[in-house]
Amino acid sequence: MSHVSLPSPDLAILQRRNDILKQLKKVAPGATLITDQEGRRTFETDALTAYRCLPLAVVLPGSTEEVSAILRFCHENHIKVVPRGAGTSLCGGALPLEDAIVLCVSRMNKVLSIDLANRAAQVEAGITNTGITEAVAGDDFFYAPDPSSQIACTVGGNVATNSGGAHCLKYGVTTNNVLGVRIVLMNGEVLDIGGSSLDAPGYDFLALIVGSEGQFGVVTEVTVRLIKAAEGARPMLLGFDSNETAGACVAAIIAAGIIPVALEFMDRPAIHVCEHFVKAGYPLDVEALLIVEVQGSEDEIDTLLEKITEIAEDFHPLVMRRSQSAEESAKIWKGRKAAFGAIGQLSDYYCMDGVIPLSKLPKALDEIGWICRRYRFDVANIFHAGDGNLHPLILYNANDPLQLERVESCGAEILKLCVELGGCLTGEHGIGIEKRELMSLQFSDADLEQQMRVKAAFDPDWLLNPGKVFPLEGRGAQ
Amino acid sequence: MTGHMRVGFHAPDSVEELAYLVAEAADTRTPLEVMGRGTKREVGRPVQHGSVLSTENLVGVPLYEPSELVVVALAGTPLAQVEALLAENEQEFPFEPVDLGPVLGFDAGQGTIGGMVAANLSGSRRILSGAARDHVLGVQAVNGRGDTIRAGGRVMKNVTGYDLARGIAGSWGTLAVMTEVALKVLPAQREVRTVLCFGLADLNGVEALCLALGTPFEVSGTVHLHAGLAERFSDQEIANAGATVTAIRVENFPASARYRSSRLKQMLQAYAPALELDTMRSRIFWNEVRALKMFETSEGPLWRISTVPSTAAKLVASLARKIDVRVMYDWSGGLIWLETPPISDAGAVEIRRTLAEFGGHATLIRAETGARAGIDVFQPLDAPLMALTSAVKNAFDPVGILNPGRMYAGI
Repeated sequence: MSHVSLPSPDLAILQRRNDILKQLKKVAPGATLITDQEGRRTFETDALTAYRCLPLAVVLPGSTEEVSAILRFCHENHIKVVPRGAGTSLCGGALPLEDAIVLCVSRMNKVLSIDLANRAAQVEAGITNTGITEAVAGDDFFYAPDPSSQIACTVGGNVATNSGGAHCLKYGVTTNNVLGVRIVLMNGEVLDIGGSSLDAPGYDFLALIVGSEGQFGVVTEVTVRLIKAAEGARPMLLGFDSNETAGACVAAIIAAGIIPVALEFMDRPAIHVCEHFVKAGYPLDVEALLIVEVQGSEDEIDTLLEKITEIAEDFHPLVMRRSQSAEESAKIWKGRKAAFGAIGQLSDYYCMDGVIPLSKLPKALDEIGWICRRYRFDVANIFHAGDGNLHPLILYNANDPLQLERVESCGAEILKLCVELGGCLTGEHGIGIEKRELMSLQFSDADLEQQMRVKAAFDPDWLLNPGKVFPLEGRGAQ
Repeated sequence: MTGHMRVGFHAPDSVEELAYLVAEAADTRTPLEVMGRGTKREVGRPVQHGSVLSTENLVGVPLYEPSELVVVALAGTPLAQVEALLAENEQEFPFEPVDLGPVLGFDAGQGTIGGMVAANLSGSRRILSGAARDHVLGVQAVNGRGDTIRAGGRVMKNVTGYDLARGIAGSWGTLAVMTEVALKVLPAQREVRTVLCFGLADLNGVEALCLALGTPFEVSGTVHLHAGLAERFSDQEIANAGATVTAIRVENFPASARYRSSRLKQMLQAYAPALELDTMRSRIFWNEVRALKMFETSEGPLWRISTVPSTAAKLVASLARKIDVRVMYDWSGGLIWLETPPISDAGAVEIRRTLAEFGGHATLIRAETGARAGIDVFQPLDAPLMALTSAVKNAFDPVGILNPGRMYAGI
């Protein structure tokens, strides 16, 4: 294990394990309780697989009432709780602790109501992200945030991390698309925040809860905003001879008043890996590739793509290709969405999520290249260019402990660079344990103390998802 | 007053000075009335303050990057000044902040950008583009301890730490004094079309608005007004219609806006669309909606009610049986601006009783000071939410010096 450590477990809790499990069974008899080693093994990590820890037990409740009973019991007995959706966190957000119960909401996966007249759906937190869109696609509606893990990840997890996705340039991220939540606080209290109207009375608790990484409460139900699908959508590919030119073209498109529904960027290594894996038809003789997607009627799409073509011509693209069919569009997106998996076939990778101001894009890519070369790692860049959210994938060998340590240092340098350029540590993956110690790069002590005070307003005993988000030292002071 | 702080009006020139004043107020437990230029100071419960702390001297735009869609402004910068700057670059705040100034006795365009965020002012385009809070990328603020804090940043996507920036938005200066805000902007719409129907009953008007929002045409404005209010628009054709007005807006590049309005008219055939406004007339119409012009000349209590769109008309009908109300529905019915006659409790009891039945919440935007002292201006919260409100207030302002009591007693 590398430099990120977990808080030392409460031995008294570990000693009481058998007793705790017996009582837990009693407080929520309907919940599925996993106590054997084999079963717990499934939950020992999330998508940040370098870190593993067997929890005290795993509990899968079937209702808000059960969640409430479990949390109340844990609160009374001072037992830590790690909330979990599908465990797709890339930052260790769902990593268990030895003395904690993992509370997994994946059994609570129903659509509770769909209200197309008011364009809202109420769902349980364990439903997958795509599960929502599938439920309303027949009426041409959809739920907008679309993280790459959308087939697996839960909306509860999306709320915890304020997930984004490829199409959030136009439609916003989770916080812009959630109207209400039912949340259970650590003491078992059930609160309804917001609902199907567009704002809620009093303080904007929804803003605080979305993105709180499971540290404020366990969200059991979510009311989301539904959007009517556009008449059509079509991507085009733009290939350039340098990252700089591609970056300048992105800025020019936006400056012309066009907000494409998606604007994705891949550098040469990423293009080659994806093309090899998916055969999406990406050009191989370019340094940088943009996928630009626009929406509307056929005429509107043609007009917009024409405008984008005119803008792009000033940057002498090597390739300009509009998708000619639905199949071709699907293939283009399949390549992009499969990118992480494709690179994973090739090598282990460490996925970063820093954000930079768009005008700093060429400088950032250049510096990231230098940093990785200095650490002797290959890097592939694939990201949401419209909003400056970078995803450098650093290729390394996870079985070599020295490499793991080195790749983490390399990643930390990249994130430091992002902050220095005016950006931030994470655009959509969250802090978790992974970037916990880097928080002080971006925030002053006063900033972090304010965040911790808000955390304590929701969970005064710091029992929910502890050891994450804040530098371990700082949290100890609470 | 218990301490040494000078009673009166403070408008510091720097964040450092402002933080010092707040720290001093915290030490001496001096309650502060926090404001920008004070255009909305009549909203809320009357604040029992020792001194006024204004951000009006914190003016400027340290950063504006049109190609990054971001602007950073000091809190006291007049909103109109920032909007003029954006307009020079054919950009705008897409949430079209409602201007409460005129209904509160001020000229339009007098408020500050900090005030806009503090009150989460969002206008008709909220249905498409989101609220003011959705466009907040980051804030710098001074909490009730006098600590200068930053939350969020200046980039479009940011999940680094909790979203305190949005949490502070809409808190009416009760959590922290914002000193600088970073906001997302968007390209201004080039072409605007407004489709109007006249004489629809509320139920049908709201139904038409909901139907329009269920189309793929990115409808960006949906209002329905009672006849007595519609006559206050400056567009003579609308003012003289002598009927309710139902208006639906689409915007985009010229060819798109024209295409979309023609498709909308087809889909709304059953509601007999009677008039289409071009870009110029549309802009005037929606600017008057934004400034709540229809409520400007009257002086009755004015409520802002947030509810579920499809039951809005029933809610109003139920209320109208008890009180003589004048109504503009916005957000396809999800937002109701409602004026009552000058009755003693501003209609609070009836309104809240009706809301309990239909769902939603109400804020009293305009009323006499006496009325505001005696009734709940902001929607009362149930006990668990009130406890959380109190805990969050305490996390920012433990001594309770920032706009104490403005939203809720003890907060």
